[in-house]
Amino acid sequence: MRAPLSWIKEFVDIPDSITVDQISDGLIRVGFEVEEIIRQGSDLTGPLQFARVISIEEITEFKKPIRYVGIDCGEVQTRYVICGATNFAVGDLVVAALPGAVLPGNFEIGARETYGKTSNGMICSARELGISDEHAGIMVFAHDSVEIGADAIAGLQINDTIFDVAVNPDRGYALSIRGIAREVAGSLDLPFRDPIESLKELTFKETGTGVSATIADPSTASVFYLRTLSNFDPTATTPMWMRRRIEKMGMRSISLVVDVTNYVMLELGQPLHAFDRSTIKGGLTIRRAGKATSFTTLDGQVRQLDPDDLMVADDDQPLALAGTMGGAFSEITETTTDIALEAVRFDPICIAKNSRRHKLSSEASRRLERSVDPSLAQYASARFVQLLTAHSSAQHVATVVAGKPIFPSTVRIDAGYISRILGFDIPTAQIVQVLRTIGCDVDENTFDIKPPSWRPDLLTAADFSEEVARMVGYDKIPSILPPRPLHASLTSTQKRRRAVASMLASRGLAEVQSFPFTNQSTIDSMGFVGERAATYKLANPMSEEFPLMRVHLVPGLIEVAARNISRGAKDFAIFEMGSIFRSSQKLETAISPDLSKRPEQKVIEAIFASVPNQGYHVAGLLVGKLENENWQGKSRAYNWQDAIAYAQDILSLCNVEWTVGRSDFAPWHPGRCAELIVNGKAVAHAGELHPRIVAAYGLPERSVAFAVALSALPDSVLVNPTTVGTMPAAVQDVALIVDSTVKAADVTAALREGAGDLLESITLFDRYDKIGDGKVSLAFTLVFRAIDRTLTGDEVSAMREAATAVASARCGAVVRTA
Amino acid sequence: MQASEITTWVDDARAAFLKATDLDSLKTARLAHSGDKSPIALASRGLGALSAEDKASFGKLIGEAKAAVADALAVATNLLEAERDRKVLLEEVVDITLPVNRAHRGGLHPISIIKNEVSDFFIEQGFAVEEGPELESGWLNFDALNIPADHPARTMQDTFFIEPIESGMVLRTHTSPVQIRTMLTQTPPIYVICPGRTFRADELDATHSPVFHQVEGLVIDKGITMAHLKGTLDNFARHMFGPNVTTRLRPSFFPFTEPSAEVDIFFNNRWIEWGGCGMVNPKVLATCGIDTDQYSGFAFGMGLERTLMVRHGITDMHDIVEGDLRFTRQFGVGL
Repeated sequence: MRAPLSWIKEFVDIPDSITVDQISDGLIRVGFEVEEIIRQGSDLTGPLQFARVISIEEITEFKKPIRYVGIDCGEVQTRYVICGATNFAVGDLVVAALPGAVLPGNFEIGARETYGKTSNGMICSARELGISDEHAGIMVFAHDSVEIGADAIAGLQINDTIFDVAVNPDRGYALSIRGIAREVAGSLDLPFRDPIESLKELTFKETGTGVSATIADPSTASVFYLRTLSNFDPTATTPMWMRRRIEKMGMRSISLVVDVTNYVMLELGQPLHAFDRSTIKGGLTIRRAGKATSFTTLDGQVRQLDPDDLMVADDDQPLALAGTMGGAFSEITETTTDIALEAVRFDPICIAKNSRRHKLSSEASRRLERSVDPSLAQYASARFVQLLTAHSSAQHVATVVAGKPIFPSTVRIDAGYISRILGFDIPTAQIVQVLRTIGCDVDENTFDIKPPSWRPDLLTAADFSEEVARMVGYDKIPSILPPRPLHASLTSTQKRRRAVASMLASRGLAEVQSFPFTNQSTIDSMGFVGERAATYKLANPMSEEFPLMRVHLVPGLIEVAARNISRGAKDFAIFEMGSIFRSSQKLETAISPDLSKRPEQKVIEAIFASVPNQGYHVAGLLVGKLENENWQGKSRAYNWQDAIAYAQDILSLCNVEWTVGRSDFAPWHPGRCAELIVNGKAVAHAGELHPRIVAAYGLPERSVAFAVALSALPDSVLVNPTTVGTMPAAVQDVALIVDSTVKAADVTAALREGAGDLLESITLFDRYDKIGDGKVSLAFTLVFRAIDRTLTGDEVSAMREAATAVASARCGAVVRTA
Repeated sequence: MQASEITTWVDDARAAFLKATDLDSLKTARLAHSGDKSPIALASRGLGALSAEDKASFGKLIGEAKAAVADALAVATNLLEAERDRKVLLEEVVDITLPVNRAHRGGLHPISIIKNEVSDFFIEQGFAVEEGPELESGWLNFDALNIPADHPARTMQDTFFIEPIESGMVLRTHTSPVQIRTMLTQTPPIYVICPGRTFRADELDATHSPVFHQVEGLVIDKGITMAHLKGTLDNFARHMFGPNVTTRLRPSFFPFTEPSAEVDIFFNNRWIEWGGCGMVNPKVLATCGIDTDQYSGFAFGMGLERTLMVRHGITDMHDIVEGDLRFTRQFGVGL
């Protein structure tokens, strides 16, 4: 919301001693963020004069049309300037910068040779003067609206300060100069002159029959003022001061009738809509569209109406999308002479829905959906009549009113609440004074408060406490630490996640965080199927490229890896931790319990249960070389063992036990993927990526990856350690010959089982595959130890033989003899 | 044999040992001055021929001489051995500036680092860390936070909706639903922070990302005031931005707090909007079944990306979200 200081000053007497920055600081202090202070004219110096175009010579030998224009600036001789715009004709009134003038951007105007002519100044567009973004052509003024030769800096009221203010959604009233001026006055402790005071007494003579007004459903609008005017001369033009104010607000001047509706909306905050009365059949009714017809709004767009859309309709058809945009059929045209002016206090939700359904946010809908002062339907429409009849031949015919304004109710609050919640004492007298400043009627004995008509948001003690706080100043609130519990800690899950991340990071993996979006082709190319491919779809994705929620972390890692590779990286390791979104459950219709009290426990539980489970995973991708070739030796590429080792290290770190097995699992190489099983459940997969995927995404050959479902791991439990023996260990090596298809893990498990309880550790230290005959030799070191004695040679031999016996029986292992 | 002769032998031995330049020449000197054929050894062997009186007196002198020579030898040996060792070690010298670490450099993502830092700070203050799902119920993300459907406040946050729309499921637009979950499942006093990933349908540019992170704080206790909110934020700001940072509360609007404020920090000579905060709206407390006669509370929330960018002078959001290792590795593991 823009607010020119010159306009604010109409309602607040601001002493010259108060600076622009003080006004800005005041607005910020009371909750209106000043996003920009535009000092219009500060970078502009004259001479800048109004002029009349008296000749135009078209110069055609250049790429674009150029005009050599003779202008009358009230000087003895005609002045000639070069101009690239073509939106004007002989006789038009324009604004000219004469040599010596400096335009914004430090653009000095001088007499210069250009396009083979001498240009003795410049005729200007609004943007060149820094007074709007309009640059479709030079500024052209209505006849008689300016005086030739007069100073245009004054004539266009260029020198002004414009505050661009952010207005929070609960303060619809401040989308008006009236509202902003009230806040300026309040923040600077200056008296405020409410412009509606002078409008309350306005009455207009009834000279005929006006268009009738009806509200079909009182829940859609409380009050509807419809004022009919006639005898308007459509050649009437907008006075310069009004045009300039509209432009300073960032809008464009269109025609006198439309300009007056906009001017009143900007001044008071009430959107108005003017219909060409001749197009209206019968009376006007505020009603739902009822059926899905098409409707052309005055921006020329054909829109399909929703039966629920709120419309202003005549006896035949809808004429305006209520509170949002008028219709093309009934709009004010260059021939309109009779006008029906609508001012309605619409229900904010109805307008919000209109605006949302048609993706049409207009100046009117922005105000109405934030709630408009219900008293304004009367006063703003009166202001329209006042202004239009003053600046044209229009005459008031009749005023028709439907419904009546509904004002905020009186509330009684506990004044003590305000000091209690703000944390410092504010005297009751000060509270009363503040509330009166913002427009409330306050009974200081009972603390019955009647909020002003424009503050429907003031309902509870909490609402009033914010008003008091902002007017007293948030800077008055002391800074005190709250009483706090003595202790808190991360949960064991949080600690575990942190430990995993720290371990991976300190072991050479860099953490990345990719967007959790994906698409069907990625899911398909990874080879995910069934439950692992099913996911949730966004109704409104950022782009159709990524409409789905991710089902796995590895695709995101591949995307990040590809990006790094495209930027020159070759060998690296990355990991990500985060949620995945497999659609484990069907989404049911939302549960929306009443908000006034805590829902029943079973409703709360149903809401929690309606949110699908989102697994928390960690995954890593290792590409290229672990060690480059350098002076120390040869390079070593990452291989499938590295990926499995990381997955196992994560489980070790989490202190869980696992078994390992081979798995054919996307997106891994079907022969080079391990699954780690905890409590019978596969919680991790690791190994070489499928060569098809490696090729498809341009990764280095034999890139490897791991993924661990951290949320599927059992919670960590208290460790009850066994005591460690100090008796000497007995070390035994055994070499076993097995078929090459036998898994090392199975042989190890068999040895472990056969060796018995005194086996302290078992390590596979050699694998020899050159035996032939489809056999391999696996060599193990077995360490035995008893807690209470030194083991004898016989005992140890017996245990070794027991171990190999189980390996023989279960895996067909034959002890290798030297 | 004379006593003066013995003194000369000792002096000669000492001089010879000192003259030795390495262990080999020392060995020669040792054989000459303390070996079997050395004057002292010969004299020692001749003691038997002396009178009992002389035997006693010369015996003592020779014993002392032997000890003195042995001491001198030990000193010389130590010196020369140390010198030899030093020479050997010098020959083994290497260029210790050669590159030695062939492993890649890893690191935590800066957002993880700052999330951990914020969590640790609040844990020290007695706040627990609560988390919740990213795909969230709209009732928890909006309605329970006093953000009704069709209220302009809901369009302030460009929400990602999940199909089917009737499910009301959204990607959470803030971590506030975790506050609601906490209030629905715990009883006051509640002191928690809720860090996590959040989503809003903003195009990725230098300062926005559709996927970003927030940390929110929530305190519900008896007698909690806006002064406590201010104290907590001041403390937090000093921790994140240094002891000289100043904060400013500005009136603002959030449906879930009343009064509401923006919190700005004065950092690097300018005011920077840091986050939002306020006293928990009694309507929200009532929805969560918290007795507003007994309890009040405050809440605050900041963007972690914004905090990181402001504190570290990062000007482009792309660096944070793209996962380029050259960026991430600069932060190490955040210790």
